Amino acid sequence: METLPNSGEGFLKATLRPVSVFRFDQLSIIHNAMLRYIGRRLLLIPVVLIGLSILTFVISRVVPGDPVKLAAGTQARPEQIERLRADFGLDRPLVEQYLMYMGGLLQGNWGYSISNRREVGPDLVRYFMATLELTIVSTLLGMAIGIPLAIISARWRDRLPDHLARFFSIGTASVPVFWIAIILQIILAQNLRLLPVSGRFDARAEFPEIITGMLLFDTLLRGNFEGFGIALRYIIIPAMCQSLLVISVVTRQLRGDMLDMMSKDFVRVARANGIPERMIWLRYLMKNALIATVSMLGFIIGFQLGGAPLIEYVLDWPGIGQYALKAALLLDFQPIMGSTLFIGCVVVGVNLVTDLLYRSIDPRIGFR
Amino acid sequence: MTPLVEIRDLYCEMVTFDGVAKVLNGVSLTINKGDLLGVVGETGCGKSVTAMSIPRLVPQPPARYPSGQVLFNGQDVLKISAEEVRDLRARKIGVVFQDPMTGLNPVFTIEEQMVDSILARQNALHATGWGRGWLPSAREERRAARERAVQLLRRVGIPEPEKRIFTYPHEYSGGMRQRVLIALAISGRPELLIADEPTTALDVSVQAQILRLIAELVREINLTVMLITHNIGVVAQLCNRIAVMYAGNVVESGPTREILRNPKHPYTKGLMQAIPADNSVRGSLQGVAGNVPSLLAPPSGCRFHTRCSYVTDRCKAALPPMQIVAPDHEVACVLYEDGVPAS
Repeated sequence: METLPNSGEGFLKATLRPVSVFRFDQLSIIHNAMLRYIGRRLLLIPVVLIGLSILTFVISRVVPGDPVKLAAGTQARPEQIERLRADFGLDRPLVEQYLMYMGGLLQGNWGYSISNRREVGPDLVRYFMATLELTIVSTLLGMAIGIPLAIISARWRDRLPDHLARFFSIGTASVPVFWIAIILQIILAQNLRLLPVSGRFDARAEFPEIITGMLLFDTLLRGNFEGFGIALRYIIIPAMCQSLLVISVVTRQLRGDMLDMMSKDFVRVARANGIPERMIWLRYLMKNALIATVSMLGFIIGFQLGGAPLIEYVLDWPGIGQYALKAALLLDFQPIMGSTLFIGCVVVGVNLVTDLLYRSIDPRIGFR
Repeated sequence: MTPLVEIRDLYCEMVTFDGVAKVLNGVSLTINKGDLLGVVGETGCGKSVTAMSIPRLVPQPPARYPSGQVLFNGQDVLKISAEEVRDLRARKIGVVFQDPMTGLNPVFTIEEQMVDSILARQNALHATGWGRGWLPSAREERRAARERAVQLLRRVGIPEPEKRIFTYPHEYSGGMRQRVLIALAISGRPELLIADEPTTALDVSVQAQILRLIAELVREINLTVMLITHNIGVVAQLCNRIAVMYAGNVVESGPTREILRNPKHPYTKGLMQAIPADNSVRGSLQGVAGNVPSLLAPPSGCRFHTRCSYVTDRCKAALPPMQIVAPDHEVACVLYEDGVPAS
């Protein structure tokens, strides 16, 4: 009906005035309220860590068993044991031990392992970087599979793709992950010989130069593509195992939230306004539905960065979970304290980032 | 001249857990260009389903249309492709919904939503979505769309639109959000504006402002309006035509003054008596006796016969067709089959 005087130009011209609509301060990502919020959260971190350190200290000392005797071995004479005890200050009162340990920590000294006499600090970083690498790869893998799966599942709700996706996500969450690790080892490594069975790098190849401690990253930085290929082959099975949790959580959370959002009025309004269906799904629904998924992901990443002793043990991945597990079995006091506090810092940091992220997605929560 | 909208004998069913609800039972309705049609009726009588069938916004499933036609500019919208439906919504029909609090996406700024919408209506969506605004041409298109959005917001009465456009919906009041939604609805310069109880969720003082705004827009941009409401007072002020619906049928339609002064259908008469007069005695509110019938198992024949004081056996047998009782005034009731009775 082009002949109709229906263009609406009249009223637009009548109200047309020059406008300046670009407001940089409105568009910038970091703003004052956010910085104040970060500041407040950072102030809380020492409180959390002091509480955590006292708790860990008390628990690790009330556990029956004598770490000194364990470390000295069965052949040690009593005076040797007592000398070792004095060396590590374990003959002092508990409060003094705690204060001495925390004093050292403030100076950047994470202490020594009583069982192998190694410094705890560098070991923590080394083992943690292996866990960090695994977590990054598995989270990316999990999101790359989980998010499309959730969209497909919601889009074809109660039809075959949805049933398959739900079967997969519930299945992966229900089966013990170490069992899956073993099955993957048998199929992919032993039978098909596609991937190495366990470990982090080929012992026969030259070990890459350490920069960050994440082998995939380090080899790329140095342009060492052969090393990158080896590291990639070694990380696939562990990353697949670790990503299962991400996949199952992301798929179910995101699918549910997207279906929830489908019935919201703003979707109807967007349709009525002629927004194409694809854009409604990938933009209008997605951003709303992602809020809960982002906080779940933050929780999972924090959890994974604490190490996964079972996976790391079965697949011989030298991560911080394995380190902490060994320390706990030997009652190795300073590594236990060290790894707990270290993981604690990491989890607090991850939670902060998560909070910032979903607060940036959802303007209604804000930075109060 | 072909009417802008012509709904012919439209049937609509909803598949529910309890069975199939026969929501529309042969609705016929005509909207001419320039009309302000008020559709009144009780909750659940099919007003919204009828209206939303025009831009095909009734979700299918659960809804299905066994028969009937919905002609928009002579084209049956029930038969066109998904892309044609999108184009229809984008450029021909604007819709304003009942609840302004939930109609805007909470996690996007007004600017993002309006620009997306305006660009969608210009078929220029390559300038939006992921990675939007990086190409110089896309930035230029977004900038132009943003300027138009600011003008629209100013027109619907948002103060300082060039600043407020960058805020989020939760920073707006209900009335302001409804203004934004009206701006969104008219941003495609539609021919038809469907307003589905646009003021029901608002304060009384704001209601009047919104209705005045709609009336102004109608004059300025030659809108044709289909206004759905429970409020006959609103219809009396704003509309030139009324359609009265009952349980999935249009039972009476005609010019506003004619229907208000001279209602023919027993149901319309009941509605008119239910309006409290200025001198009504306290506590003497009248209603239409009885309850709205279940649409899962509707009464046979005229669906109003269960509540009608003039009921005859013929009412139960078959649905009476629309009778012309006065110029442009139609009513579906057996009382008028032999012309208008003397009384």
